[in-house]
Amino acid sequence: METTIQQETKQKVYFDLTSSPHLHSGWSTSKVMWFVNLALAPSIATALVFFGLYQILIILTAVIFAVGTEALIQFIRKKEITWFDGSAALTGLLLALTLPPNFSLSATAIGSVVAIGIGKQIFGGLGYNIFNPALVGRAFLQAAFPVQITTWTKPNYAVDTISSATPLAAFKFDKIITETSSLAIGNVGGSLGETSAIAVLIGGIFLMAVGIVNWRIPISMIIGMFIFGGIFWGINPQQYPSPIFQIFAGSFLFGAMFMATDWVTSPITNKGMWIFGLGISLVLVVIRIFGGLPEGVMYSILIMNAFVPMINRFTKPQTFGKAKEERK
Amino acid sequence: MRTFSGGVHPEEYKYLTENCAFEIMPAPEEIILPVSQHLGKDAQPVVKKGDEVVCGQLVAKAEGFISAPIHSSVSGKVLSIGKEITPTGFPKDSIVIKSNGNVTEQTATLPPLDPETISPDEIRQRVAEAGIVGQGGAAFPTYVKLSPPKDKVIDVVILNGCECEPYLTRDYRFMIERPDDLIAGFKLILKALGVKRGVIGIEDNKPEAIKILSEKIKNENELEVISLKTKYPQGAEKMLIKAVTGKEVPPGKLPMDVGAVIQNIGTALAIYDAVAKGQVLITAALTVSGLGIKNPKNLIVPVGTPIQDVIDYCGGVSDDAVKIIVGGPMMGTAQFDLHAPVLKATSGILVLTKEEVSKSPETPCLRCGQCVGACPLNLVPTKLARYSQLQKFEEAEEADITVCMECGTCAFTCPANIPLVQWIRIGKQKVLEMQKERVNK
Repeated sequence: METTIQQETKQKVYFDLTSSPHLHSGWSTSKVMWFVNLALAPSIATALVFFGLYQILIILTAVIFAVGTEALIQFIRKKEITWFDGSAALTGLLLALTLPPNFSLSATAIGSVVAIGIGKQIFGGLGYNIFNPALVGRAFLQAAFPVQITTWTKPNYAVDTISSATPLAAFKFDKIITETSSLAIGNVGGSLGETSAIAVLIGGIFLMAVGIVNWRIPISMIIGMFIFGGIFWGINPQQYPSPIFQIFAGSFLFGAMFMATDWVTSPITNKGMWIFGLGISLVLVVIRIFGGLPEGVMYSILIMNAFVPMINRFTKPQTFGKAKEERK
Repeated sequence: MRTFSGGVHPEEYKYLTENCAFEIMPAPEEIILPVSQHLGKDAQPVVKKGDEVVCGQLVAKAEGFISAPIHSSVSGKVLSIGKEITPTGFPKDSIVIKSNGNVTEQTATLPPLDPETISPDEIRQRVAEAGIVGQGGAAFPTYVKLSPPKDKVIDVVILNGCECEPYLTRDYRFMIERPDDLIAGFKLILKALGVKRGVIGIEDNKPEAIKILSEKIKNENELEVISLKTKYPQGAEKMLIKAVTGKEVPPGKLPMDVGAVIQNIGTALAIYDAVAKGQVLITAALTVSGLGIKNPKNLIVPVGTPIQDVIDYCGGVSDDAVKIIVGGPMMGTAQFDLHAPVLKATSGILVLTKEEVSKSPETPCLRCGQCVGACPLNLVPTKLARYSQLQKFEEAEEADITVCMECGTCAFTCPANIPLVQWIRIGKQKVLEMQKERVNK
């Protein structure tokens, strides 16, 4: 009885009293993650076209084990289980696309478990990891299965009839230059998702257009490659590959669009993004030219990931109006 | 196109009311006049319970330099003087007046003056008497802004026609409905300040206003209309000054420190009405909008009208309404008690539905940097919010948390849906308290 009286005398109350701003862009963590997954569709397609339908099993294995590991660890830690937010699936998918064709499914599964377990959850989960989880998974596989992970398959529709080696390895060890047109289309040896520059660019430009990928990172990486790669090429074009070849060959573009741009492990300031991108290219050129590896995108991104907290600290933007004040 | 760096593009929703000419809302049965409708000291009531007042009569006088008098917007009887709820959510001392229902015009007006021959001192005096406060939201007493210290050189006055908050169309309607009065009011401001250059800054999503005003000032050498990029928060003082003059107002400093004064469209008109018509400020022009209100309108409302009356006048709310806001959707305040009155500087009442305010669940910060890129004041919102969460207020102060103007750009853009502004507001409050204590020591 008392409650009804209270209800009658009380005017209608609007309970949504959250503070301003009252409007929102509409983006959410899971929407972003699923958009990035979607942007990888062209690369998945080229993987299947050039390396055969079997590759779908690698992708599925990686995704299922990544999502499963995430859910299991969240369950053990008594955290909210967020396997539908698309972030674990994205890690799995990214990992799969960096693996060589016909890679062992059990090793793929191990890579996914490491990527999520050690690359992400051990730091506290989404948003807290320092290194790109997919690359952590891949680095582990590189160490654990060094032979398998550098065993390349000849792609379908290949122009080059001689070898199945990756274009970078072919150049490094045999000074064979692969046509840029083949590098663009993707009928060359390499990891599942990295061979077709066009497919990677379609996804990357889509992500830049919707504002998920900050253009500063891929652009600064490309500029960095022109600078650092260009220096060596300028010194001796026979000995060192041209920057254009370096950009199109291997996983440079895939790394620039999908790996280096991972929000969690890249800088938050615009200036920081430039330093980060240029740094990746510098490290990459050093690895490719002085190191034993023909590749190196993975290591260069992981190395620069470690510098991100420092970069953020040193590139804190100048508060509006402060510069003027100090100049006086 | 002139603008500032950073900012966002929220959906505008201006179509709801941009073609609705101002309507004059009849006086309600009862008005509530808080004695604090401006920045500065509360006004002092000069009436008591039971007094008869007429529309336009002084009911509370200004107290001290930064203050403004308050006038009754109806004729009737003082019912009570005591704490009443205000749109800020806090109860404030208020004069409640019951209307006798038969007066709609201002009865107790001031003598009209000739805008051509009036002196700068007379303008200031009239603005002070009329109780005019900035119509942009901060409600700073206008005559104070018109009385800069002698050592400040002002070289430009900017009339703020940006109206960058979504939904609001009040300034736009003023610009196209009363352009001549607006320009006359602007000239009064220039005269009071003795400034030779006046700029009207308008976002380019209002081409009609730009066209009309450009046409009207064709033969005025001192005035200029500048079209600005449509981007939130273009209408924020610091952003507008940056876009028009290229200068940045340093933290803790005023626009006049870089030689600029900003006035709102509504303020210029209130000044014109006070001078040429002898009117005191007893009406508020506001946009009543949102998908949750039956008939969105632009209204001229007696100051003190309860929000409920305004909403009823606009046909009431729809069933899916979930949030009622006073002000714009980016910086306004959600209301829990619709007895709260419309104040002098109220610019809008918005009734929003779930569709408009829906948000996804909050997740940990993804360190995407969207808030950093969008912050018009070059702060690092995610870091400020984090300091506030961790109660690291010294670090927050170091990171310039007090510079934040709470424009909402960061939280709008945050994909993790973190209530950044709310956290920053808490931290800012604490830092300001800390600074005050330090001064007291």
